[in-house]
Amino acid sequence: MSAHEKGLRNPLKRALGLGSAQSGVGHWWTQRLTAAALVALGLWFVITVLCLMHADYATARATVAKPWNAILLIAFLVTAFWHAVLGLQVVIEDYVHTRWKEVVSMALIKFLAVLGALASVLAVLRVALT
Amino acid sequence: MADTRRPLSPHLQVYKWQVQMVTSILHRATGIALAVGTLLVLWGVLSLAGGEASFSQFKTCVGSPIGLVLLFGWSWALFYHLCNGIRHLIQDAGAGYAIPQFVRSSWLSVIGSIVLTVIVWAYVLTTGGAA
Repeated sequence: MSAHEKGLRNPLKRALGLGSAQSGVGHWWTQRLTAAALVALGLWFVITVLCLMHADYATARATVAKPWNAILLIAFLVTAFWHAVLGLQVVIEDYVHTRWKEVVSMALIKFLAVLGALASVLAVLRVALT
Repeated sequence: MADTRRPLSPHLQVYKWQVQMVTSILHRATGIALAVGTLLVLWGVLSLAGGEASFSQFKTCVGSPIGLVLLFGWSWALFYHLCNGIRHLIQDAGAGYAIPQFVRSSWLSVIGSIVLTVIVWAYVLTTGGAA
């Protein structure tokens, strides 16, 4: 046996790398990946909104209906809600110390984020496909 | 509830203010603000899908004084969270942890966010105002 295998943990446990919470670095890594995506998507969104600032309804609709814009807008909104819920989760974990309030607010932000993401997908698709 | 009779470690109020604290606190605060701001984007997209009347109502609300103040605040929050987020991604890669670098990159996030906000709103004003 080599020196680093001397721990009491089962080798499988160590290989899986999931830790005591059984989720490993999933939360941390997803937060970083969505952050990296939002750097590009966020800049694209700001520029698109600035271009549409004085557009009338038909122009705004036609712009969002373009395939690439529709795809990027859906990607932006879904990623934004995802990243938001990961961040808010950490804030709640840090500051809400009453267990039932923590669980309720955690469930609430997840429900809201999923609803928000679904609604934004439906809205963009409705603009793009009709 | 945690037993608050136990001795608590000192919190924010005992520390001398320095820029690294400010960037850290602002990152969290702007993150919460942006989570709320995402609902505004959702409202915009829903109003666009809902037809011309709902879209013009959305534009009127966003273009109102309160709407513009919120929009200005959110634009700065977005640019701050963007700049400081990139800083955090670089730090996650293991770079920039020496104290002088850490302080310098903190200032870079704050100043960069202000510069970007000024550029965007200067563009808005020079092209004929918002909404």
